[in-house]
Amino acid sequence: MSSETLLHIDGRPVRVRAGSSVAAALCVAGGMGVARTSVTGQSRAPFCGMGVCQECRVRIDGRRKLACQTVCAEGMRVETSE
Amino acid sequence: MTDMTLAHCDLLIVGAGPAGMAAAVAAAPSGASIVVIDDNPAPGGQIWRDGPGATLPPAARKWREALERHANIRVCSGTRIVAAPSRNELLLEDTERGWRIRWKKLILCTGARELLLPFPGWTLPGVTGAGGLQALIKAGLPVDGERIVIAGSGPLLLAAAATARGAGAKVVLVAEQASLAAVAGFAASLLKWPDKAAQAMTLANAQYRTSSRIASVQGGTQVESVRLRQGGRDVEIECDRVACGFGLIPNTQLGRMLGCALTPEGINAQALAVDASQATSLPGVYAAGECTGFGGSERALVQGTIAGHAAVGNERAAKQHEAERARWNAFAAQLHRSFALAPEIRQMPQPDTLVCRCEDVPFSALADCSGWTDAKLHRRCGMGACQGRVCGDAAQFLFGWTPPAPRPPLSPARIATLAGLAGPGDVDRQ
Repeated sequence: MSSETLLHIDGRPVRVRAGSSVAAALCVAGGMGVARTSVTGQSRAPFCGMGVCQECRVRIDGRRKLACQTVCAEGMRVETSE
Repeated sequence: MTDMTLAHCDLLIVGAGPAGMAAAVAAAPSGASIVVIDDNPAPGGQIWRDGPGATLPPAARKWREALERHANIRVCSGTRIVAAPSRNELLLEDTERGWRIRWKKLILCTGARELLLPFPGWTLPGVTGAGGLQALIKAGLPVDGERIVIAGSGPLLLAAAATARGAGAKVVLVAEQASLAAVAGFAASLLKWPDKAAQAMTLANAQYRTSSRIASVQGGTQVESVRLRQGGRDVEIECDRVACGFGLIPNTQLGRMLGCALTPEGINAQALAVDASQATSLPGVYAAGECTGFGGSERALVQGTIAGHAAVGNERAAKQHEAERARWNAFAAQLHRSFALAPEIRQMPQPDTLVCRCEDVPFSALADCSGWTDAKLHRRCGMGACQGRVCGDAAQFLFGWTPPAPRPPLSPARIATLAGLAGPGDVDRQ
């Protein structure tokens, strides 16, 4: 198994340690891992880290998922914001 | 009728943290068919969360291997509970599909979540829970070289600090709201639990500060500094991240939706009520671990063991663990006494501080509400994706509002999964 995983976040390639969560990958991509924009336009990043707050919800390969509960896979496509 | 899969098992365990793992392993020799469902990517719960940034203790490995050894235990990770369509049946969803499962006995090991309270700046990217930061680092979040301030209350702050430091971060300050007297009393009491005292030694931290609470976090697009109130004065500290948690809240949503009674008062108030064999008020339904009141992994393991034995009718084996459970229940009681939250914590939010992060509802909009239902209906507080799991706990602490029993869907679900709730005749109707 490779020690790194390559995925795409908003079209940009991001390389992370194998086994990392998508939430970790969002932070590797920069800007403290902003995942979505709130109803009043604020940027939000992973907060609870354990699948409760839903702040890190993103689109992963076309499906809405929680970044903190999803492990990165090779070639995965992640889209932030709603 | 929909063609959704219906699975069957003798014993269904919800949650694969220490309690759920111990319950499954205790019940396995009976030969019962056991299914363990868990919403994390791998078993271990929050305390033994695995990942590229995690170092699992030997106990975690031991329990994981024990789970794998039994052919009659099936673990379904990455699986969430959506609804309870009928008695003894749950509707589930994983990343690919929705399915239903029917059980004869059920053990709830749904754990706890952090109490996350609003303060100015708490929605800025870079602010996380304290346990939240620990979970993110274990899952590979890089924090090498970052300056981190950890605040709130409880021993979890020190555990989070140790994890952050281990990952190369500079932990600038650990701000505990409890007084030095309370924390020193707790430390002294640890002599009664020598294994815990040894653990505490490894967490000792020169940056630990008592009677210190968060006032606000400043920053443009992300965290730049934090202001803390220490005694009568404010200090401002530049940092890259702030991790803030105020203790743990039992996850009782599923139990309450099924109709399990809560403990009315005492240290486990608002947790799932259980008897000596970990049985809830609902026949055939047991509960173990932090959902019955927080108290650490040792208490969860022994409660899980008792529940696992009891659920397969082995009352004698269950009884043998009662003394050990009493010992860890006493530890939990000490923990609650020492880290009780100061009333001043209620004054953290300012009028424009958001309380509901999903619907962006400020504190000022809630001040004249009569209760949780009023806040929901007229201010949209708790109406977003987290379904009030964060702001509901905050509102309970800030205003004393009791949230009503949760309704399905328990978590955001796909339409295709919800279609599994349709009865015969519902589907073909034009």
